[in-house]
Amino acid sequence: MKEKLVFGNKVLLIFFLLLLFLFLGINITFAQEAGEAKASVDSLAQAPAPPTNVVARDAPNDNGHALVVTWTLSPDDGAGKNNVVSYEILRSDNPDTGFVVKGVVALGISQYEDKGAKEKGDKNYLPSHKDFYYRVRARADGIFSESVVSAPAYAYGQWFHFGKSPIFIGSVIFTFFVVLFINMAKKGKELYVRPIAGIDAVDEAIGRATEMGRPILYIVGLGSAADLGTIASLTILNRVAKKVAEYQTPILVPCADPIVMTVAQESVKAGYYDAGRPDAYKEDSVWYITSMQFAYVSAVNGLMLRERTATNIYMGVFYAESLLLAETGNVAGSIQISGTDQVAQIPFFVAATDYTLIGEELYAASAYLGKEPLLLGAIKAQDWGKILIMISLVLGVLAASFHFDFFVKLFQVKM
Amino acid sequence: MRWQIPLLIVLLCGVVVAVQYFVPLEELEFIYENALDWIIITGVFAMMLGLWSLFRVSISKVQNKAPGWGYNLITLAGLFGMLFLGYRVESLAEGSLFMKLFRYVYIPIQATMFSLLAFYVASAAYRAFRARTVVSTILLATALIIMLRMIPLGFLSNWNQVLANWILTVPNMAAKRAIAMGVGLGMIATALKIVLGIERAYMGRD
Repeated sequence: MKEKLVFGNKVLLIFFLLLLFLFLGINITFAQEAGEAKASVDSLAQAPAPPTNVVARDAPNDNGHALVVTWTLSPDDGAGKNNVVSYEILRSDNPDTGFVVKGVVALGISQYEDKGAKEKGDKNYLPSHKDFYYRVRARADGIFSESVVSAPAYAYGQWFHFGKSPIFIGSVIFTFFVVLFINMAKKGKELYVRPIAGIDAVDEAIGRATEMGRPILYIVGLGSAADLGTIASLTILNRVAKKVAEYQTPILVPCADPIVMTVAQESVKAGYYDAGRPDAYKEDSVWYITSMQFAYVSAVNGLMLRERTATNIYMGVFYAESLLLAETGNVAGSIQISGTDQVAQIPFFVAATDYTLIGEELYAASAYLGKEPLLLGAIKAQDWGKILIMISLVLGVLAASFHFDFFVKLFQVKM
Repeated sequence: MRWQIPLLIVLLCGVVVAVQYFVPLEELEFIYENALDWIIITGVFAMMLGLWSLFRVSISKVQNKAPGWGYNLITLAGLFGMLFLGYRVESLAEGSLFMKLFRYVYIPIQATMFSLLAFYVASAAYRAFRARTVVSTILLATALIIMLRMIPLGFLSNWNQVLANWILTVPNMAAKRAIAMGVGLGMIATALKIVLGIERAYMGRD
C-alpha cells in the first residue's frame, strides 16, 4: 500500500510539473494583450528598449505611392549592453496582423521612406488613399523589440511639386521675358543682337561652294528628333536650304536617324519652296545612312573625300565622332562651320573647324539667319535671362560668404 | 486649318509634358510614360522609311554606276546579308554566323574608327596650338600643362599636378558651367518658340 502511495505521489508530481511547464510555455509563446510591446524569445538575453512615437505620414511631392515613417530612437541606440544595430520597418493594412518587413535602416536613423509600387501586380504595391499601419522593430544581437502600432496613414498624390519651385519660378520669369520681347518685336522695335562670326560665314561658305561647283554637306548630328539641339539644327537647315536654292548649289544631308531624316526632308523642301525653286529640290539629297555612330562617320567621311565638298556644316548633337568628321573635312579642304550644345565636343570643333557656334549660339542661329523679329525677340530674352543669372550668382556668392542662408535656400531644388 | 492642327498638337503635347514635370499626379505620369513608349514605336516604323531611303539611294547609284558605286553595293550587301542572317531569334545565339560577323567584323571595324581619334587629336592639336597671338600662346601653354600631368616629371610632377588640377577645377569648370547655363536658356527659348508656334521651319511646306 505504502509503495502504491509513493508511486502514486510521484506520478502526481510529474503530472503537475508537466502542467506547470505547459502553462508557462503557453504564456510565453502566445502574444500578450494588444497594445503592449513585444519581445523575442530567441534567447534569454534582454531585448533592447523599443522605439517610440512611431508616426507615419504621406511622402510629399510624389505621385501618391509612398509614406514616410518617423520614430524616436530606442534608448539603447548606440549605448548600453543591448546596443541596437538596426531598425526594421513593418507595414500592414490591418492594425493587428499581417505586418511585413518593408525596410531596414541602420542605428541612429529615425526616418524611413516606404516607396511602394504603383502597379497592382507588384508585391510592393502601395495603393493611394488606403490606410496603412506601421511598427518599428529595434534589433540587437539576435533579439528585438517592437514599438506600438502607429496611427493609420494613407498616401496621396500632390498637385504641385514644391521641391521644384525654384525651377518653376525661374521658368515663369524667363517665359515672361520671351513673351515681352516678342511683343516688342511685333510692335516694330529694333532689337540689337551682337553679330556671330560663324553665322555671318554661312553666306560666304555657300558662295564658295557655288564658285567651286562643289556640293555643301550639312550634318544634322547624331541626336534624335527629341533633342532640342537637333531641332535647332533642322531650323538652321531650312534657312541654309533656302540660300542654297537661291545659289543653285547642291546640298547633301546624310542622316543618322530616320525620324530626323523625314523632318529634314520637309525642312529642305520648305527652303526650296521659300526660295521659289520647288522644282530644284531632290528628295535623294536627304537620306538615311545608319544609326550606328562610327558606321555613320565612316560613310560621311567617305562622302566628304569622294565628293570633295566645298563646305561642311555640322550643327546639332555630336559625340566622339565630332573630331573624326572635322579632321576629315579638313583633309578634304572644306570650309567648316560647326555648332553644338554638347559642352564636351565644343573644344574639338573649336580646334578643327573654321567657325564654331558655342552652346546657345546654336539655338540663336536660326533667328540670325532668318532675321525674323519674333525670333530675335527670343534671343533678347536669353540675354536678359543670362543677366539675371549673373546677378543671382554675385548675390549668392555674397550671401554664402556672409552666411545669409535664406538667400541660398531660395535656389535649392529637392527632386 | 491644315497647319493649325499640327500646331495645336505641338502646343498640347508641349504644355502637358511641361505641366507633368511640376505636377506629380499619377494620371499625368501615365500620359508621360505612354508618350515615351509611343516615341519608341514611332521610331520603329520610321526605321522602315529610313531603310527604304537607304535602299533607294544606294540602288540608284549602283544602277547608274555613279562614282563610288562599289561602296553602295557593299552597303546593300551588308544590309541584306545581316537582315537575312539575323531575322530569326536563334541568330543571336553564340556561334551563329550573324554573331560571328558582328563580333569579328563589325566590332573591330568600329574599334578601328574609334582609334583614329587618337591620331586626329594629335593632328588637330598640331594645327590649333600655335603661338600666333597672346591668347593662342596662353592656350598652348595651358594645353601643355594639362597634357604633361599624365607624365612622370620627377620633382616637377607635383607642381604640374597642382597647376593642372587648378586649371581643370577652376577656370575650365567655370567656363563649362557658363556654357551649360547658356545652353539651358537656349533650350528653354527654343522649346517655347516651338510650343507657341513661333518657330515652324521644321514643319515644312506643301
